[in-house]
Order: sequence, then C-alpha cells, then structure tokens
Amino acid sequence: MLTIEEFGRRLRAREISSAQTTEECLERIDADNPRLNAFIRVTADEARRQAHDADQEIAAGHDRGPLHGVPISIKDLLDVRGMPTTAASRVRDGHLASRDATSIAHLRQAGAVFVGKTNLHEFAFGTTNEDSAFGPARNPHDLSRSPGGSSGGSGASVAAGMALATIGTDTGGSIRIPAAACGIVGLKPSFGDVSTDGVVPLSRTLDHVGPLTQTVADASLVYHALLGDAHAMPPAPLPLHAVRLAIPRNYFLDVLDDEVRARFDEAVTRLCDEGAHVDEIDIHHAADIAPVYLHIVLADAAAYHAATLESMPERYTPNVRIRLEMGRYVLAEDYVRALAGREVLRREVDAALAQHDALILPTLPIPAPAIGASTVLVGSKTEPVRNVMLRLTQPFNVTGHPAISIPSGRTSAGMPCALQLVGCRNQTDALLKVALACEPHITPEPVPRSGKVGG
Amino acid sequence: MTIDVWLTAAVADAERRGLPELKALLETLARATSALRAADFNERADVPRPGKRLEARG
Repeated sequence: MLTIEEFGRRLRAREISSAQTTEECLERIDADNPRLNAFIRVTADEARRQAHDADQEIAAGHDRGPLHGVPISIKDLLDVRGMPTTAASRVRDGHLASRDATSIAHLRQAGAVFVGKTNLHEFAFGTTNEDSAFGPARNPHDLSRSPGGSSGGSGASVAAGMALATIGTDTGGSIRIPAAACGIVGLKPSFGDVSTDGVVPLSRTLDHVGPLTQTVADASLVYHALLGDAHAMPPAPLPLHAVRLAIPRNYFLDVLDDEVRARFDEAVTRLCDEGAHVDEIDIHHAADIAPVYLHIVLADAAAYHAATLESMPERYTPNVRIRLEMGRYVLAEDYVRALAGREVLRREVDAALAQHDALILPTLPIPAPAIGASTVLVGSKTEPVRNVMLRLTQPFNVTGHPAISIPSGRTSAGMPCALQLVGCRNQTDALLKVALACEPHITPEPVPRSGKVGG
Repeated sequence: MTIDVWLTAAVADAERRGLPELKALLETLARATSALRAADFNERADVPRPGKRLEARG
C-alpha cells in the first residue's frame, strides 16, 4: 500500500496525481465503510476540490511540502471549519466549527486533502470505539473485533487504505491502542508539542494530538506538519549499534497475552542481534500508575461534562454517561494526591531514561478484543478489557513522555501485535531517530492491508 | 473523609439521583482511592520528608 513518502516521490515524478489517489481512497471508503463504520462524515466533494488544487499548484511549481495532495482522515474530535465536530455524541447535535483547530490549520496550509471525519469512542472516553452515537467501528483484520480506541475509526481508515494517514488524539492511549490493534504506526508526541486548541477535551492535562500512519517516516512527516513545519523531512535514524534501550520489567511485563509476549521477545532479540544495546530496568512506583491516572482523568472529564450531564443526560451513550458521573465523586484531596503522584512518576521515568535513548515495551497487552467483550482472559487471569488495554499506554500520558507504537508481527489468528518506544520528555524528534533505526527490525513483515491504494 | 464514609455517602447520593448503576463503579473507584492513599509518595503532616529530616540533622 502507498506510503506518504512513496506517494510524494511518484507525485513529483508525475506518475500519479493527488486527484487519482484521492479518488482511490474515496472508492475504498465507498466499498468498505458500510462494514467498518470508520467514518462519521465523508467529504468527497471537498476532497476532490482540494486534490485538484494540489495537482494544479504542484504543476505550477508551488510545492507545499511532503503532505501536499495527501489524502488524510481526521478524528471527529478536532474542529474542521464548516463541519460539525460530533465527538461521536448526540450531546454535540447542532455544532458547527467556525474555524480549524490549530493543528488542522497547519495541515491545510501543508496542502493535505481531507477525506472525512472518523468514528471514535464517544468523547474519546473509552478504548474500544463501541460506545459511539454512530455505532461501533470495526477492525479491518477481523470484523468481529474492535479496532481499538478511542481513535478506532482513524486506525481502521488507514489500515483499510481509506486514507494515507489520519489524525488522532491520545489521553490514555487513544492513538497507540488503535495503531496496535490495526497494525499501523501511532505517535503520541511529547505533551504540549502539538496544539490541542480546537480539540474537544477529555483531560486538558493528559490530551495529546498526533498521527497514525503506515510507517515511522510517515509519522514524522505528519507530526512536523501538525507543528506547522510543512517542509520538514524525517530525521536521520540513529545507527542501531548506538541505540540504548531499556525494558521496564516490573508492572509492564506482568500482564501479557502469550503471543503478544512472544512477538515482543522476538523483536527484542532481533534488535539485539543487529547491534542495539538492551538493558532491563525497574521503574519505581509503576504500580501506582492506574490510580493516579484514574483520579486525574475522571475529575478533569467530569468538570468539562458536568453541565451537560445535568441538562441532557439522555444524549450520552449509557456507558460513557455513567463513567463520567463517577468522576463527579472524586474528592479534591485525592485529586491533589494524584497530581503529586504524577510528579513522582514523571521523575521515575526521567531517571529510567537518563542512561537510555528509549524504553521498549509492548503497546497492547492483548490482541484486539472481540466487540462486546467486557473481560478478557490473559494467561490464567480474567481482566477487565478497559483496564488491560490502558495498562501500558496510560503511564506516558500521566508523565507526558513521547511514545510511538510500531507493528511487531501477528498472532496465529492473524491479529496485529505492537510494541512501543518511549523517549525523553520534549524530545519527540530524538525518539523518531530511534524509531527509524529500530523499525526494520521490529516489523518482520508488513501486516497485510485490505486496501490497495496506489496499486 | 475516610473512604468508607465517602463510599456510603456517594452510593446514597447516586441512588437519590436515580443512578443505582453507579454503585459498582463507585466501589471500583473506592479501591483505586485506597491504593492512591496508600502510596508511599503521599506526605503527612506528622512525618517530615526524608530529605528534610537529613537536612535538619546535617
């Protein structure tokens, strides 16, 4: 399937056009969206106009950079001017964005083509995409399974070839979880890198905006465009023999599906065999991550939703409504304890990274769960689906460190597995250099896509 | 407020508001709050932080 890099090469060689590639994405949406439910809104006419303009500008020598003419989908949590931002909720009925979110304005300036707005877990408050006013999105690799969430429609749209990239948000793992579940790359930049202006919040201290793409290089291109740096090329990878990785053992490897663990171990072995230096470490206070995260996200979300929980409770999906109500009972003293815990955890992860370029750990402890499952068997223990899906991603929302999920193979049932690399705070580019070096050894073979865009 | 007192009051309030299904979630939250309060990073008014104690001795 066509990457952004390959699209750019062929576009500038006049082998393909933006109009042609955009049309192929729209055809894929027409064919597959009825079963995947990845899109809430398809903007075919606008996409064709943007693609036509991109082709004309490039022909006239006005090249806006690597995203010029690239068909991209956008999670329906970010404002795009002239369109509703539904957040997959009836609470937002009647909304119309008067301007672009800052990150979307940067993409527009970079010449991206917007093919539509993607489905999500209502208000981004869930990991499966099941609770949506528009119905669940489905995993392109197995329609009976979740594509992950909350950016589930986004992940499905790229994995199925409906777009070359997508924009998601990540408050506890909502970029990395669907990337892992769908077999693509997902980048949560360092906290504060990408503007959240014009994004419906879940927690203003945990929310991140970032790309889901097919490759690390593509993630780098979209990340820089989101920052407003439309002409930035991917950084040079670190030499693999200079890469120092650390596996955090305690907590992080305690609850893992056997096949996910096997794919992780195999990827680490390949990296070691090719010259990367890998240590094992412990991160103190890791067991405190879940209660710290829960008290922050619940209280922050409750503050945003309190008025509409009172005035229009029937417009929320039942599961999301009741979880938001839970947040209204968090005591101030416990919220303050959680904020103190966050500072401790941030320092612990900083310390773990002091002698290493990145942490390396699985992204999702399990393959994508079945739609409708509330619990899952992991080894011999039954675990709540939501808790286990958040387990390995939420730590780095709490601490703000940048993290990237990369496909690491498949289970015997053909479902994608993934691992994540976690870099130093405020050093997303340094993490990308590590990820570019490691990617060929983490991903043994591309996860097959159902899409055929670009032939 | 102790967690037991908080949980009793929260469940009663949820039932008064017509949200009895909140009870199970509040019990989950109570367990998480217990873990949060038990974490060793919490400060107490009657116990100086180790670093402060060392400074005082030095």
